[in-house]
Amino acid sequence: MVQKHPERKVVFENTSGIPVKRVYTPLDEDAEDYLKTSGFPGEFPFTRGVQPTMYRGRYWTMRQYAGFATAEESNRRYRFLLEQGQTGLSVAFDLPTQIGYDSDHEMAIGEVGKVGVAIDSLEDMETLFAGIPLDRVSTSMTINAPAAVLLAMYIAVGEKQGVASSDLRGTIQNDILKEYSSRGTYIFPPKPSMRIITDIFSFCAGEVPQWNTISISGYHIREAGSTAVQEVAFTLANGIAYVDAALKAGLDVDTFGPRLSFFFNAHLDFLEEVAKYRAARRLWATIMRDRFNAKNPRSMMIRFHTQTAGCTLTAQQPKNNIVRVAFQAMAAVLGGTQSLHTNSMDEALCLPSEEAVRIALRTQQLIAYETGVADTADPLGGSYYLESLTDEIYDRALAYIQKIDEMGGAVAAVEKGYIQREIQESAYRYQKDIEKGARVVVGVNRFQVEEPEPANLLRVDPVVRDDQAKRLASLRVRRERERVSGALEALRRAAQSDANVMPPILEAVKAYATLGEICDVLRGVFGEYEPITTIGR
Amino acid sequence: MTSSKKIRVLAAKPGLDGHDRGIKVVACALMDAGMEVIYTGLRQTPAQIVEAAVQEDVDVIALSILSGAHDYHFPKVMELLREKKVDNMLVLGGGIIPKEDVSGLKACGIAEIFGPGTSTEDIVAYIRTHVRE
Repeated sequence: MVQKHPERKVVFENTSGIPVKRVYTPLDEDAEDYLKTSGFPGEFPFTRGVQPTMYRGRYWTMRQYAGFATAEESNRRYRFLLEQGQTGLSVAFDLPTQIGYDSDHEMAIGEVGKVGVAIDSLEDMETLFAGIPLDRVSTSMTINAPAAVLLAMYIAVGEKQGVASSDLRGTIQNDILKEYSSRGTYIFPPKPSMRIITDIFSFCAGEVPQWNTISISGYHIREAGSTAVQEVAFTLANGIAYVDAALKAGLDVDTFGPRLSFFFNAHLDFLEEVAKYRAARRLWATIMRDRFNAKNPRSMMIRFHTQTAGCTLTAQQPKNNIVRVAFQAMAAVLGGTQSLHTNSMDEALCLPSEEAVRIALRTQQLIAYETGVADTADPLGGSYYLESLTDEIYDRALAYIQKIDEMGGAVAAVEKGYIQREIQESAYRYQKDIEKGARVVVGVNRFQVEEPEPANLLRVDPVVRDDQAKRLASLRVRRERERVSGALEALRRAAQSDANVMPPILEAVKAYATLGEICDVLRGVFGEYEPITTIGR
Repeated sequence: MTSSKKIRVLAAKPGLDGHDRGIKVVACALMDAGMEVIYTGLRQTPAQIVEAAVQEDVDVIALSILSGAHDYHFPKVMELLREKKVDNMLVLGGGIIPKEDVSGLKACGIAEIFGPGTSTEDIVAYIRTHVRE
């Protein structure tokens, strides 16, 4: 039979290089181990989900990542998304903001307002959230190196709206380790960066208890080219490094553990992705219980946000991206995500237009309200193939983590360039597969068509930078100069000592010290990170 | 171009954009094709890139950017090269660059723009054909 109808390929394997068998049977899983490896939703090891009822209780948060140009313009986009039924905000900051430069800094030329909103001071943040009650939305902020400053600004805006910091809900990404390996928006070297992060953990435990103090992110590791297994492994290895740092800083694992959140990618290999989330949940639960002696089950749960894979979107035949995103979003939902961003079809060309972002949001709403997949927890659980794949990803990710442990942990592995090289090699292999035709990308290496020039792409007016610079100049005249310099001096002293940097940052923010001024004080004390290069000479 | 001398390429990331998957993949492909590649690392100003290119005496500068800041950084690189009277380097651009920007970038001296979906083989072939024509 097989000779008459040969299979399409000699070897079938998924993106992590795991061989895929023709068929899976009960023999591929150890049924006796069911309670140990799978169990029930809401119970250790959380393979099947972190809530017993999952989406029967509440859908995932539909949270579109957005922000561009000025605070006014981004505020309009947020209100639009909330009117369209989005249930949480997700703020994209421009690169100068992410790297701690004010909009009038020389390094900011050409970048202001381009990939996100430009935020220079509390004043911009007040504009960004004008008319959006912070006690009624949860806000995720993609901010890492200067996360402490943006969180302080958010707390200060809340205070101005009459919302206590204890009522604020949201997430700061605050995951610096993946910046060194994958995303590049670092400022300080690893050691002081880790200290700022543990200062945030400790400050929030008392002052902002509902806040997710970190979102340990595999998303960018995957976008940089890793496989699914590497995404799980490197993300959890980074997680281990944060827990280690917090324990060394004297914090209790069950105090900060429940506030750790995660962020994963949803790539195209559908079942591999579903298995990836399940494997990650089981692995983290095991690590927190057995390695760190966590007692609170909430410390053991991976609660995660998912974003569909920007790197899989094609500039060719962009409408095909709607379908790619729908499959990826479905994988995230079947994998039990708590929050989801669906990419817009035009993202391989420019920032999303309003129509594109609406279709992306509708994709999530379709999955939630029309497909029925949200009506039972972990609906694919028990599939012979899925369970076998979950085990396989778990084992392979664990092997990586053990290797990173032997190197001295994630910080050492980044400093040695190991993680960067592993990711780079996978990225190159993936590209070669596409070029050889071993991996089909519809519209790119198969099924191409002649296409017209795309129209109506969103562009950010370069005048944004001049406007921001003018606003900054005016702010610098209006604010109380002595209060600003006093606050910055207090921050310098805190940074030089063991004191928590969050209270003086909050004070500096309230005095309308700018993001650049605050980061300059910290640069002065901590220095800047010198990256290592893993290609060329 | 004689076959005895390797083509030298400066792979550069101008501006603050930290997504360097594309440039690293291209760099690996160029090295596999027998070229010598020097990567600047992230956050390079146009002045630093031109300085490095002159110092390393490269044949090609390959610029990559995804943040939308190409309309500032790419022309600036060309302007600085002209100031230094360097006219023998092939300057290429890549990344998320809207098609409507391509003619402007070419007018200021960028030889070719390689957008998303480009095969690295095409880039290798382009460099081989166009270096010091």
